Amino acid sequence: MPTLDINGKPIRVDEAPDTPLLWVLRDTLRLTGTKYSCGMGLCGACTVHVDGQPVRSCITPIAAAAGKKIVTIEGVGESRAARVAQAVEEAWRRLDVVQCGYCQPGQIMSAVALLEENPRPTDADIDAAMAGNLCRCGTYVRIRAAIHEAAKSLA
Amino acid sequence: MTILDKLAAEPTTPSQEAHIENHSRRRFLQGVAGLTLAIYLPGGARAATPASSTGPLFEPNAFLRIGVDNSVTVIAKHLEMGQGTHTGLATVLAEELDAAWEQVKVEGAPADARRYNNLLWGSVQGTGGSTAMANSWEQMRRAGAMGRAMLVGAAAQKWRVPAAGITVADGVVSHPASGRRATFGELAQAAAEQPLPAEVRLKSPQEFKLIGRHVPRKDSAEKVKGTAIFTQDVHLPGMLTAVVAHPPRFGARLKRFDAAKTKAVKGVVDVVAVPSGVAVLAKDTWSARKGRDALVVEWDEASGYQGSSENIFARYREMAQKPGSIARKDGDPEAVFAGAAKVLKAAYDFPYLAHAAMEPLDCVVKLSADGCEIWNGEQMQTLDQAKVAELLGLEPEQVKLHMLYAGGSFGRRASKHADYVLEAVHIARAIGGKAPVKLVWLREDDMQAGYYRPAFHHVLEAAIDAEGRLLGWRHRLVGQSINADSPMSGLMKDGIDLTSVEGAATLPYDIPNLVVDLHTPQDVGVPVLWWRSVGSTHTAYSTEAFLDEVAAAMGQDPVRLRLELLKKHPRHAAVLRLAAEKAGWGTPLPPGKPGERRGRGVAVHESFRSCVAQVAEVTVQADGSLKVDRIVAAVDCGIAINPDNVRSQVEGSVGFALSALLYGAITLEGGQVQQSNFHDYALLRINEMPEVEVHILASAAPPTGIGEPGVPPVAPAVANAIAAATGKRLRRLPIDPAELKA
Repeated sequence: MPTLDINGKPIRVDEAPDTPLLWVLRDTLRLTGTKYSCGMGLCGACTVHVDGQPVRSCITPIAAAAGKKIVTIEGVGESRAARVAQAVEEAWRRLDVVQCGYCQPGQIMSAVALLEENPRPTDADIDAAMAGNLCRCGTYVRIRAAIHEAAKSLA
Repeated sequence: MTILDKLAAEPTTPSQEAHIENHSRRRFLQGVAGLTLAIYLPGGARAATPASSTGPLFEPNAFLRIGVDNSVTVIAKHLEMGQGTHTGLATVLAEELDAAWEQVKVEGAPADARRYNNLLWGSVQGTGGSTAMANSWEQMRRAGAMGRAMLVGAAAQKWRVPAAGITVADGVVSHPASGRRATFGELAQAAAEQPLPAEVRLKSPQEFKLIGRHVPRKDSAEKVKGTAIFTQDVHLPGMLTAVVAHPPRFGARLKRFDAAKTKAVKGVVDVVAVPSGVAVLAKDTWSARKGRDALVVEWDEASGYQGSSENIFARYREMAQKPGSIARKDGDPEAVFAGAAKVLKAAYDFPYLAHAAMEPLDCVVKLSADGCEIWNGEQMQTLDQAKVAELLGLEPEQVKLHMLYAGGSFGRRASKHADYVLEAVHIARAIGGKAPVKLVWLREDDMQAGYYRPAFHHVLEAAIDAEGRLLGWRHRLVGQSINADSPMSGLMKDGIDLTSVEGAATLPYDIPNLVVDLHTPQDVGVPVLWWRSVGSTHTAYSTEAFLDEVAAAMGQDPVRLRLELLKKHPRHAAVLRLAAEKAGWGTPLPPGKPGERRGRGVAVHESFRSCVAQVAEVTVQADGSLKVDRIVAAVDCGIAINPDNVRSQVEGSVGFALSALLYGAITLEGGQVQQSNFHDYALLRINEMPEVEVHILASAAPPTGIGEPGVPPVAPAVANAIAAATGKRLRRLPIDPAELKA
């Protein structure tokens, strides 16, 4: 029975080891900020941090995440990346990035991971880090602007 | 007898269920769905003030509630699916109420067409056609002004001063002469005792403090935090999650299934047949999915649709050889074409498109002894409510809808047949209502279960006389009707679905001899539906790309020719001029790197009573790959209630439209949909997104739409820019980079 470290808390789950982390987060633990959209790692709506790296929870079996630090949108504001997360969330609100909002937790998790590693990303860096996150509403102009703005506020 | 008793007494089978249909209600919907414009203030009588933990409330009408805690709650009758409607409705009401933006909250309205109908849709409650602001403008202003007048009345009575000396600003009622002040919350109880004002004065635009300014979106904070609740996030005690095996072809039927292996999957609770397939119910989504994977199903495929996209287009091309039903005819096109010095002709193919919202379709249903509750991002309340009531033998009022955010929709959740909502209800009924059910369509189900933007074939011809004047225009369209089998079929005129020809039959250009005709194939078994900007998704492309060819053939500048032809359409002309000016039309485009070809193109289109012009700049590589560098847009949507949201909608429209232009195609092979997920139905990604610049034309006219009108001009502007860069005219979408190789 794997024990998962989610948002700083050890949680024992009784799902089969090959169960995708996404469904344990959403259906078992009701951490519904992490979204299901494609189930194949194609869209990024399910992005969480595992040991600080952005991963697609829909294709990550819980067995692969056991023993690692899992952070979701609910916990990122109090995680090791809290300072960056708060700046990113603030920029997202200030620029009113969201439209339907469904993909945005995943976008934010990817953006936080990017800025944790690279505090002054160029447009090309943003393209590389964010191209895995789809937004059907097409909020990309503002996602880019918000990442630059968050970077500025952290400088 | 309660509905649960009825269910227990009458177990249903799919074949029986398929025939249950209440035609009187259908006719009712058809009869009232016409475009009747009526302005009135629902809930004219004061709603009873419900007791709640926060004490009595001031609720002057169906759209406003002021709590003693000083909260102002705006009841939004329209679905928030990203387009910013919650913020827009609240802005308009708060403006006339003179509330402070920070104290305003928004709550989704229940389903109740008597109070919350779309005033542009007769007595139907629903969201679509970019009508939310247009139909609510006066209504929400009056709702706010009424609340303000009653707060002022309460203050005048309490302070024993004349109402005329009282001012309201930022949520505070004051009497400057005496220095008295009170918050809305402090006056709420007394205001509830005030008589409803017979007349209210509305502000003049010069007095606006929120409308036309920047106010932050009301849904930003919870969507950023991940706490916003979508249907996908609903959890009810004892709830089961259902995943459905649908037939592999539209119209195919279930022959038999074997659930033995499915039932052995841990977490699976039940397997039931419903008219649309076989539902696997489990304690969680993943178990339901694994259960469905293990299901053995046999379909009667002979009854299913067997056609392929290539056959469909071949047939459409053949149909286009003959005249169709006439949607518009001006002058004498036959004579002008017969005597033309030059005739240009081009044919266009547009594929089926999936809505592919990020939140796949889903719906939560709970049956109880006295009715049915539904949790959904509802885009068409009245229809869904009527259809569910019909199925369950209930009165519509017994079907309670809980309004949630939709994670995109683009028209899909305004299902003309209530398809996914009814599927969820069928499943809940098939298990005897023993548990609430969350229906989840996995991405593959969402992609393959139909209701696409219809495929279309267009043929356009232009007649130019010996003096080089554009005198004739013929436009023939072939494609399935969206409205024909919908509750809106009453909108069909002489066999013409206006959503098939909108943008074509409404061509604004001053061409004296013009005919637009339409073929509507009836026997294509692919379900079709409105898709963000509907008919304009294809008519804007064919008309604006073809006019560009005509301009080139005439040796005319595309902007100048359009302006000449738009003398009777000043709104079109104004946005076109503004976009051209801001984009630097006529100035040389900076050259690309060696081997790169660059071009600039323009398009203008009216949809949903808004006019949008766009100038696109593109770079085409030697291998044919393409980057759209910049889009400059100019918009006339009447008064821009939230200018920043207007910009945001147009930015988003660019991304949405480019996905279709570059990648979008649902294709069928032997009746089977070929695409299933984002690997073969690609959407635009951030690295492909152009810069977008949006300019809003100042206007004093009442607001029109903005959720959709940004979409139509994008693809033709880009196609015209590609033609400018490469000389290639792309007539089949999505574009094929191989056609653009140097």
